[in-house]
Amino acid sequence: MSDHAVALSATSSNWRDDAAGPSGPKPRHMFSRRNIFLYGTLVVVALYYLLPLYVMVVTSLKGMPEIRLGNIFSPPLEITFEPWVKAWSQACTGLNCDGLSRGFWNSVRITVPSVILSIAIASVNGYALANWRFKGADTFFVILIVGAFIPYQVMIYPIVIILREIGLYGSLTGLVIVHSIFGMPILTLLFRNYFTSMPEELFRAARVDGAGFWGIYLRIMLPMSLPIFVVAIILQVTGIWNDFLFGVVYTRPDTYPMTVQLNNIVNSVQGVKEYNVNMAATILTGLVPLIVYFISGKLFVRGIAAGAVKG
Amino acid sequence: MSKSERPSQLFRNLNAKVASIPMILTAMVVFVGGTAWTVLYSFTNSKLLPRLNFVGLDQYYRLWATPRWLISIENLLIYGVISLVFSLVIGFLLAALLDQKIRFEDTFRTIFLYPFALSFIVTGLVWQWLLNPDFGVQGVVRSLGWTSFDFNPLYNSSIVIYGISIAALWQGTGLIMCLMLAGLRGIDEDIWKAARVDGIPMWKTYLFIIIPMMRPVFITTLVIIASGIVKVYDLVVAQTSGGPGIASEVPAKYVYDYMFFAQNLGQGFAASTMMLLSVMIVIVPWAYLEFGGRKRV
Repeated sequence: MSDHAVALSATSSNWRDDAAGPSGPKPRHMFSRRNIFLYGTLVVVALYYLLPLYVMVVTSLKGMPEIRLGNIFSPPLEITFEPWVKAWSQACTGLNCDGLSRGFWNSVRITVPSVILSIAIASVNGYALANWRFKGADTFFVILIVGAFIPYQVMIYPIVIILREIGLYGSLTGLVIVHSIFGMPILTLLFRNYFTSMPEELFRAARVDGAGFWGIYLRIMLPMSLPIFVVAIILQVTGIWNDFLFGVVYTRPDTYPMTVQLNNIVNSVQGVKEYNVNMAATILTGLVPLIVYFISGKLFVRGIAAGAVKG
Repeated sequence: MSKSERPSQLFRNLNAKVASIPMILTAMVVFVGGTAWTVLYSFTNSKLLPRLNFVGLDQYYRLWATPRWLISIENLLIYGVISLVFSLVIGFLLAALLDQKIRFEDTFRTIFLYPFALSFIVTGLVWQWLLNPDFGVQGVVRSLGWTSFDFNPLYNSSIVIYGISIAALWQGTGLIMCLMLAGLRGIDEDIWKAARVDGIPMWKTYLFIIIPMMRPVFITTLVIIASGIVKVYDLVVAQTSGGPGIASEVPAKYVYDYMFFAQNLGQGFAASTMMLLSVMIVIVPWAYLEFGGRKRV
């Protein structure tokens, strides 16, 4: 996985152009047939990919009468932000009509501790596996990696029982633990590979100076591996925010994360369908990972290339 | 460390062992223990609560005699073949286009990849809206005058799984493109030069030289796509809730519904064990090829 990450991070640098030099292919005209085909195809495909986002935004800014009359691709004649307000503070799930805001804050309360806990555990795991390997450690690591491929459905119920036994079933804490467990394989792999690639002399020098397990981790490894921590944060924030299955299994209606609440709002069978409110709610739910994506750029690519196994 | 004058092997490892307790617990209790537990209880007739009352393979016979499970499997196969073929082909073609030293490469890549940042719930709901028969694509084309135009996958039980696949491809192809692009960038520029000198046309170079060279990338990608296919759940829940009727059910949803709604745990366990089995069929040969030769993973 990390090979991809490295290769991807080098994608846009122009190392290939350097090699071309004067002996390279002859310069092409801007409007050659090849270029028209190339950019034409890319633009058409890009439009297709952007279309759903466009339709979401446009629909959420229209009033219901306009939606019933018009077509979903036309821009709004009269822009209204009422659907957004309604989605945030009034949309109904079952008997509760306090909008998506509750789900949003639940998701924040789930995501923040889950990200911190899962990364703390996994980075220490990776560090122990890279620098303090003990007998049997690799066996556990292999089990962990193989475990990443086991369908979650196989392990859902045993975890329900475990959480019920320790009294955390249905609580946000329980869900945080579940996220930390299922984030562990890929994050441990990520950190182990990163720490293994660090020069061993560093570690040895610190040992000679008398630093211990935690000392080396906190004073040397942690400060030197900030990029990989950022990658891990991106991976976990989007992954946990987008989770649906664990949210629906391990929480109760009043602690549902945003994705679960969104699905309940849009797919509820009662009442008149308000498509504009639904689309506003959908954008609101997708906004956090989208912002993370657009801000983080290349690091996101590295993160997903590493986390692709998670599926 | 208190006993620093004696830097014994045992002490050094003690810290690492203590730090690895969460990992060891996860690996042994949740992954190994949980899986073994589910497989064991799939041979019982547990209903509302798990009970160790063994009934042999009864749950499996019942599972394979349930129409809903058979539809789920059929859907998974169709969805799986579509996902594999189209995301590999489209992903590779897009990567090959982006690899032509084009301008705005970053912009295009950002556009192709952004759906991957969205959850399956958001993806499913957007496409539910786009494929809405009255207001969506079908409605728009009809309002333009082509009144007999028929494109209503989500409410037609014979093609509903294709409607779901459209959404899945929109969401996931960007990732495959990125993996393929990384693979293409890993290929030595000299190969291209040599092919050009020999006058081999570009498509032939791709087909007979580049793609065979990218074998490891293709295998990794294949495993990633395959393990994602089996997990498909939220997309179906959001887009169709398994409907119309039971036409778009998938195994993961079967498991969830039998465990938490139908209160028929035994069926849920048997179905999830079948899911595990199907993953193992893909993963074990791959892991064997990938790691079998090496001593350490």
